[in-house]
Amino acid sequence: MVLSSLHNLAAGDGPSPVMPHISEVILGLVAFGLLLFVLAKFVTPRFEALYAERTAKIEGGIEKAEAAQKEAEAALQQYQAQLAEARAESARIRDDARAEAEQIKDELRAQAQEEAARIVAQGEAQLSAQRAQIVAELRAELGRNAVELASRIVGESLEDEARRRGTVDRFLAELDAVSAPAKS
Amino acid sequence: MGRLVLAEEGTFTPPGPKDFDFPPIFGDVTKPMVLIVLSVVIIAAFFLLASRKLAIVPGKFQFLAEGVYDFSRNGIAREQIGSKEFKPFIPLILTLFTFTLVNNVFGLIPIIQFPTFSHIGFPLALSILVVFPVYHIVGIRKFGIGKYLKKSVMPPGIPKLVYFLYTPIEVFLKFFMDPITLAIRVFAAMFAGHLILLVFTIGGEYLLTEASGALKPVSLVAFLMAIAMTFLEALIQVLQAYIFALLSAMYIGMALAEDH
Repeated sequence: MVLSSLHNLAAGDGPSPVMPHISEVILGLVAFGLLLFVLAKFVTPRFEALYAERTAKIEGGIEKAEAAQKEAEAALQQYQAQLAEARAESARIRDDARAEAEQIKDELRAQAQEEAARIVAQGEAQLSAQRAQIVAELRAELGRNAVELASRIVGESLEDEARRRGTVDRFLAELDAVSAPAKS
Repeated sequence: MGRLVLAEEGTFTPPGPKDFDFPPIFGDVTKPMVLIVLSVVIIAAFFLLASRKLAIVPGKFQFLAEGVYDFSRNGIAREQIGSKEFKPFIPLILTLFTFTLVNNVFGLIPIIQFPTFSHIGFPLALSILVVFPVYHIVGIRKFGIGKYLKKSVMPPGIPKLVYFLYTPIEVFLKFFMDPITLAIRVFAAMFAGHLILLVFTIGGEYLLTEASGALKPVSLVAFLMAIAMTFLEALIQVLQAYIFALLSAMYIGMALAEDH
């Protein structure tokens, strides 16, 4: 039917442009099929392989970068851990040193106090010994002076008498006995 | 183009459909037939050469080929069919696009100067015998014939009475109009474009040779228009190739889509 109408038109004013030539339809189909075959068989697989390769390459690069980043992060963490450890260590050492210093200071102080106490005690003992000595000396001196003064006043020597009777010593002992309870 | 001779006795015969009817070159082979074969050779050679040694970092030639390939693959096929199912259709869409593109651009190539698709037989072969069966077959293969037909012409979510109106229209569109309009769109654009170029060039030529002295310069206007129209044609030729491939991919995408 298409052919007959085509024929009619061709006989008249020329073929109608909207009437397809059967030969052209067939040729178009074959040509297209051939091209489709070539592109599908050879061209598309190559391009798709390229695309896949490119994607793989890019993804591989990204993966590598991610791995490197992870590694760097791990290293950083390690360094930070080490740093923290070192800080703790140094703090601990400082504390120890401080405690030790404190201890040493305490020890020294105790030692010094002990020493001071010892010196004070020694001094006191010395002082009391000297005092006893001085008191004894003074007592002898005082007795002698008193007898001398009395003999001058009385006009005769009482020295022998005094020695003989121990008068002065007795008197002084009495004085001591009177003053001692008041003093203590 | 020796065929575009002026009328004998100086009367102007406007170009018409007869100018699209070529005498056979040899046997039954006419110019459009030669051009179709030439386009196949050109595209196949282009892509075979370009894809011979593909590198991750493309050279200039590979970059050009990749641009065309990428446009068909990602710009048309993936966009319309969806990134899950578009892979098997890449060769089809690539072939549709490049085949149409080269044959359209033939309209502007010197000496060739004929858009092959202005003969309706070629686009009709592609749309009715290639695209039309492909999208119905992949739809039926995916959903089964019953579900596919129901999905296509009786989508859910419409009031029952509307189906009486909707379904016949959808059947008419999906099974008759879509493939025919797909072919007619590119055919008409190429036919009309070529005719316009013929009108301005032949008209200008006629004015230059036959018009009286004072009117001769008017031919300049005709030639200028012919040049302007050539640029417009270049745009339309590329655009129509894109639309042809785009709609084909869209029909396939719609056939494969889960719901309307």
